[in-house]
Amino acid sequence: MPDCEETLRELDTFLDDELSEAGHDAIRQHLGGCPDCLGAFDFHAELKQVIAEKCQRDEMPSGLLSRLEQCLESEGLPSAAPVDDRTV
Amino acid sequence: MPFAGQLYSGAMRMTRKPADAEDLLQETMLRGFRGFESFTEGTNLRAWLFRIMTNLYINRYRAKQRQPVESDIDDVESMYLYRHLGDLDAVFASRSAEDQLIDMFPDDEVKAALEELPEIYRLPVLLADVQGFHYREIAEMLDIPIGTVMSRLHRGRKRMQQALYEYAMARGLTTTPSADTPREARSNDA
Repeated sequence: MPDCEETLRELDTFLDDELSEAGHDAIRQHLGGCPDCLGAFDFHAELKQVIAEKCQRDEMPSGLLSRLEQCLESEGLPSAAPVDDRTV
Repeated sequence: MPFAGQLYSGAMRMTRKPADAEDLLQETMLRGFRGFESFTEGTNLRAWLFRIMTNLYINRYRAKQRQPVESDIDDVESMYLYRHLGDLDAVFASRSAEDQLIDMFPDDEVKAALEELPEIYRLPVLLADVQGFHYREIAEMLDIPIGTVMSRLHRGRKRMQQALYEYAMARGLTTTPSADTPREARSNDA
């Protein structure tokens, strides 16, 4: 099992879900028995979520979508999209 | 209009100006629709559109500025915010980390902390932390090796945390650390 130093070194790759399954499990195992590391991982997981939420709160300028549609239509392109935001 | 909201937010964090963001979004949509036959069915359309936008941004806007270099930001310690906010544990004891962070940093400050990063750090952080792309996808979008994505992401995140902490300090939010329960004392008890 990784020690605290090895665990903290994988903070980014763990939270970014970039570890192999075995690597991920090893870190989880350490976190299960180490409140200090778990606290650090929890904090950064929450921070990442808060940053993602807050950096996507932008009000689109009024009329932007219709300007975009006009622009595509004037190019002879279909403004009807193949998919929409709900398919994320 | 596929992903218009996400792409607009991405464009805002890249260009930092609504008028430039609208231009970038419009150009991205045009290229996307014109080049749609080069999109491979079954692959990630959102990643494909972000790749178009990132390339347009780099080619159009970066040309105007001096190319930033790696040494443009000072290195700061890892887990900067976590270590510094640890002094405030007593204030936070009764609340979840997420609630605390949501209240501690207004939207504008989080956006500013990201937008003020030098571009070579800003784009990886934007693509990973805000848009949730994988290292491999970001490496393709920025045309850099995965190891470079990881190191820029790491440094960019640290710098962003430092900026967030400085904003909070400037507002006087981080008040005098509580003397009785600093993090060090508690872990010694454990």
